[in-house]
Amino acid sequence: MLSLEHVTKIYRLGAFGLQKLIAVRDVTFEIGEREIVSLIGESGSGKSTIGKLILRLIPLTSGRICFEGTDVSTLNGRSLKEYYRKVQGVFQDPFASFNPIFKADRIFRMIREEFYPGMNAREWSEKVEGALRAVGLNPPDVLNKFPHQLSGGQLQRFLVARALLLDIRLLIADEIISMLDASTRVDVLNLLADLKARGLSILFITHDLSLGYYISDRAVILYRGRIAEMGPTDRVYNYPLHPYTEMLMEAVPRLDRKWDEEIRVEREGELASMAVTGCVYASRCPKAIDICKEQEPELKEAEAGHFVACWA
Amino acid sequence: MLQVENLTVYYKTIRGYVQALEQATFKIADGEIMGLAGESGCGKTTLGHSLIYLRPPMNYIGGRVVLDGQELPIWDMEKMREFRYRHVSLIPQYAMNALNPTRKIGRMIAELLESRGVNYNDVLPELKRRLDLVQLTHDVLKMYPIELSGGMKQRTVMVVSTLLNPSLLIADEITSALDVSTQKAVCEMLVEFRDRGFVKSTIIITHDISILYQIADSILVMYAGQLSEKAPSEIIFRDARHPYTRLLIGSLPKVGVRYREERLRGIPGSPPQLLNPPPGCRFRERCPVAFDRCVEVPPFLEISPGHFVACWRAY
Repeated sequence: MLSLEHVTKIYRLGAFGLQKLIAVRDVTFEIGEREIVSLIGESGSGKSTIGKLILRLIPLTSGRICFEGTDVSTLNGRSLKEYYRKVQGVFQDPFASFNPIFKADRIFRMIREEFYPGMNAREWSEKVEGALRAVGLNPPDVLNKFPHQLSGGQLQRFLVARALLLDIRLLIADEIISMLDASTRVDVLNLLADLKARGLSILFITHDLSLGYYISDRAVILYRGRIAEMGPTDRVYNYPLHPYTEMLMEAVPRLDRKWDEEIRVEREGELASMAVTGCVYASRCPKAIDICKEQEPELKEAEAGHFVACWA
Repeated sequence: MLQVENLTVYYKTIRGYVQALEQATFKIADGEIMGLAGESGCGKTTLGHSLIYLRPPMNYIGGRVVLDGQELPIWDMEKMREFRYRHVSLIPQYAMNALNPTRKIGRMIAELLESRGVNYNDVLPELKRRLDLVQLTHDVLKMYPIELSGGMKQRTVMVVSTLLNPSLLIADEITSALDVSTQKAVCEMLVEFRDRGFVKSTIIITHDISILYQIADSILVMYAGQLSEKAPSEIIFRDARHPYTRLLIGSLPKVGVRYREERLRGIPGSPPQLLNPPPGCRFRERCPVAFDRCVEVPPFLEISPGHFVACWRAY
């Protein structure tokens, strides 16, 4: 449904834009119908940049993003509005997504003004209530309130409900539960699973490996703007092929297994802005061989649907 | 050895007192790493900070804190100065911002030690040994904070905070801004510091309970300003008695659990307002096993050695 082809994003930094920061490099993957894909990476891996590129919040440097066969970057005016009817994003900080001066349900009114100017009031309020129920909120409890009167979990559901008012097909969920409390975050996570059952596709951007495992069908592991590994979630988690993924799986705190008793300070990777020849992980990789430093590994299919970019 | 008895701390606001910490009573043994877990607003940071730096709008209401047989004057900012850093030390939440950006690291440490009447050069050999231990070069002493990466700053702050071998170390959310690989290294350093006797007791404040399972000896769970349960880590995860602890542990996604096979459940409802909290157990409204007795505050009782719980259903 959505495909990214050789997507690259270079930010220009410094006073005259002389420095380059390669945030995303040659990323290619797809999101299918009714599929939850998790995009997993540490800070600075470019995961949020990819989300913003899909939502057209920032321009591409090169490559193509296609939604249902059309190149997203060619959209403008009416066709762009049609795109936003189908593709919407929800972001990390629910409190920052609302204007504290206005009541929280203003976001629904803005959708109506923008997308449904002809709809009558009764029909509209039914639609809003339907969307709120779909995200597990009781409309009388949450309507007509200011953002500070609602909890983070409720606000986050509000934003999902706002997306549901449109004919949404794809939701970009960028770290949407990392600011929520443990006892409520799993409910928002389950909500995503319910939305999938209603026919939505979701790009779930996260740094938390356990969340990615819980919810997604496929996992894409990013390291410094490159895809290190991608494939069906259980294969990537249980049989990681890339040394970086292996390291992540070992370091993630689990409840069924304790860490090995050994201090290993990871060598810091170089700054992302530095030009790299060869594999970006080579300087930290315990399995690096000569070729890793010279040539960049291509993403290769190691088993059905499971891709890895590693020489070893 | 840290003993806290009936410690109560409120926040003073225009509308009245926010009852952030209510009658906290617990002990931490020498060499014990205690995790302090709970959701945002449960009072875990209030508890941690009241042991070192109780500043307005925090108000000391009552209770005692005894460290190694000596009572800490936590209600008196001036008198606490003598204990701060030397006996009780803190690794703050944003270690990256804890360093003075206008001073080289070495100079900053020298100034800090001087303010405590310690000569920098006397401590320097030990400082270098500890930098080696956390795999930092001695050159960091000649660098400005801006020259270090986040993980390096975090390690520097850890070394500085524990330099005078405090009896109690409070680590406030020190892993939450770090990547998983750095997170693991930082946690293991805390254990190493304990094993080498740099610190006696450690309190790790975090919302990430899976980290605590990895390194903490015991875990204290708080809810809405009240202590719910304290027990050895293994018991908190396998045999918790407080319904809140159980539901909280049950709601955590773990690697190996997928929604299609095992649908996790959150806890319906939200914590009460602490401005005028309802009487009795504060978890009562969200508790699936609450009954009429719960309008009284349940005492924090030891039900088996080292396992304390505050719930009428658990005794």
